[in-house]
Amino acid sequence: MIRANLKPAVISAVVVVVLSGLLMGVRLDQDGTNLSLVGAGPDVYWKIAIAATFIFFYNLFRDHLARLWQSMPGMPKTPTQLVEASKKPVLRQLFWCFLIALAILWPFISNRGGTDLATLVLIYVMLGLGLNIVVGLAGLLDLGYVGFYAVGAYGYALLAMYFDIGFWTGLISAGLLAALFGFLLGFPVLRLRGDYLAIVTLGFGEIIRILLNNMTWLTNGPNGIGGIPKPTLFGLEFSRKASEGMQSFHDFVGIDYSSEHRVMFLYLLALLLVLITLFVINRLLRMPIGRAWEALREDEIACRALGINPTAVKLSAFTIGASFAGFAGCFFAARQGFISPESFTFIESAIILAIVVLGGMGSQIGVILAAIIMTILPEMAREFNEYRMLLFGLMMVLMMIWRPQGLLPMNRPHLELRT
Amino acid sequence: MAMPESLYYFIQQLLNGLTVGSTYALIAIGYTMVYGIIGMINFAHGEIYMIGSYIAFIVIAALAMFGIESVPLLIFAAFVISMVVTSAYGYSIERVAYRPLRGGNRLIPLISAIGMSIFLQNLVRIAQGSRDIAMPSLITGGIDIGPQDAFHASLSYMQMIIFAVTLVSMVLLTLFISRSRMGRACRACAEDLKMTNLLGINTNGIIALTFVIGAALAAIAGVLLGMYYGVINPYIGFMAGLKAFTAAVLGGIGSIPGAVLGGLLLGVTEAITAGYFSTEYKDVVAFGLLILILLFRPSGILGRPEVEKV
Repeated sequence: MIRANLKPAVISAVVVVVLSGLLMGVRLDQDGTNLSLVGAGPDVYWKIAIAATFIFFYNLFRDHLARLWQSMPGMPKTPTQLVEASKKPVLRQLFWCFLIALAILWPFISNRGGTDLATLVLIYVMLGLGLNIVVGLAGLLDLGYVGFYAVGAYGYALLAMYFDIGFWTGLISAGLLAALFGFLLGFPVLRLRGDYLAIVTLGFGEIIRILLNNMTWLTNGPNGIGGIPKPTLFGLEFSRKASEGMQSFHDFVGIDYSSEHRVMFLYLLALLLVLITLFVINRLLRMPIGRAWEALREDEIACRALGINPTAVKLSAFTIGASFAGFAGCFFAARQGFISPESFTFIESAIILAIVVLGGMGSQIGVILAAIIMTILPEMAREFNEYRMLLFGLMMVLMMIWRPQGLLPMNRPHLELRT
Repeated sequence: MAMPESLYYFIQQLLNGLTVGSTYALIAIGYTMVYGIIGMINFAHGEIYMIGSYIAFIVIAALAMFGIESVPLLIFAAFVISMVVTSAYGYSIERVAYRPLRGGNRLIPLISAIGMSIFLQNLVRIAQGSRDIAMPSLITGGIDIGPQDAFHASLSYMQMIIFAVTLVSMVLLTLFISRSRMGRACRACAEDLKMTNLLGINTNGIIALTFVIGAALAAIAGVLLGMYYGVINPYIGFMAGLKAFTAAVLGGIGSIPGAVLGGLLLGVTEAITAGYFSTEYKDVVAFGLLILILLFRPSGILGRPEVEKV
């Protein structure tokens, strides 16, 4: 058996050397107009050698490894009682209540950095939930979701700059604006098949970014927009000194000013937005429109035969998904106080998509879990900053191979025939 | 009779457009062949093109350091080595990231491909640095079209090489696809993968072959465009991939002549936009064109309309 594997093993080791030898073994060095090569150093050569050896032995003992893997005791199965119990609505509600209570208490038990990070997580949760409608529920692959996020953020920033509107009006307008963009884009393109849709939306995301970069007269180009007004609480500002005609929060409540109040307020605001998003989506899912989304994802031809208008249903999912990106964008702009086209690159779309896929398409708790993982892991792996995106790409591939259904796949109600 | 200046300007834009367009066509063939057979968008294809450019630069720099001055030899070596290495990339990507996922949900391989694209881009960024790398042009000069003393259009030797290499590659590919045994197997796979498999053809091998051919063509485009522009960085693959895919869709995905036509059309449109309106918006126009084509002729210019069956 080993002898049979020898040839593929040697070939794969050679392939590894071919793949990495030139591209990684030497480095292009620019010296004025002169182009020269420098060796990448012994550590890189060692890495290539180790990789080739590993691949060689992996392929050589592939059958043994497979047998070993099978003979290993599997993961301990969750007891059936626990599985049954987790399906009980009461327990599920208790679980959600516990989660929400923990989320509300979080800023009071954590420090400033923790709260800030959690706010970021919540923004991604909101984006993930929004994209989940489009990708997970309606089954439309949208690679330009960040375009709507940008529309929301810039919508609020520009309205605040030119028309001096506040956060709450801005939130609504940004959501509506993003929904309008989703509608206008979706109207022509949603008749296309899945893969075409992916590329057209990707192109749309790029167009938005290029426009933001180049319409300098409106958006200030690559320099971005600063001084975006922060959110207020019923007209109370979270600043040391309130602007004219306004009152600040600490004066109103009668406590000393602390910059932490604003961080906490922003967090709670984000939490509120996420909870509203969750609530709305859950209601929508139980409405005919939500059922139609899922039905369309499962079988478009059957849907058409049943008299569902696919374009209208897809359009609704696309528009609603876009509006949540708009809300998230508006909140993002208000939280940062500064936005530039740099924040809305394709990689951002890929991260949001990865959150949806990692969580398990269609599963909301999965999206939340994935958003936490995807935001916290890079923060923890700061020393690997250089390799962050590399690992991110690798993880996307490996996830698709090992667990294409995601971490917590959605279990939708279904009936089974008993035998 | 002296021809007006504007005409020469137009000819110049047309030539520039056809130059870039023919390289788009080379990359687009990789997309269209893979899509024609397994119906997936190989999102990492643009990165293959970028790797091809890097390998070419590395080979030329290495040979120049060994004191080889002969330009034809440098370019020939760049082509050969770059094609070999990218073919290995094309094969390995298919083997590692796509083959285990075949037959499932269509979104799964696409997401895996996006991950692969991010991975390759960052691999090159880490190995070679993220800054621009420039190479002095190896081939200079050209021929002038029109009056010598006034404004005229010019066709550089580099552009002529691009046309010639593209043409030769296309002819060879067409011969391979239409005449050879393996080419026939490729066409059979595109027609009906399952049936071809039942007839005793190693479909896995054929699929791997399309990835290898696509990667080699992308490498040719990478070498050509790398020498034409003279500047590369690890991020050029993304846009080029996107453009080439647009070209493939424009011409009708799955059709090789369509990919060529789409590539040329896209290149010319871009050049005209850049020449008469503004360089910044040429990408916007390219994607706008894609959306328009998909609206009015979803199967592309030369594509066959697809009938959905239960």
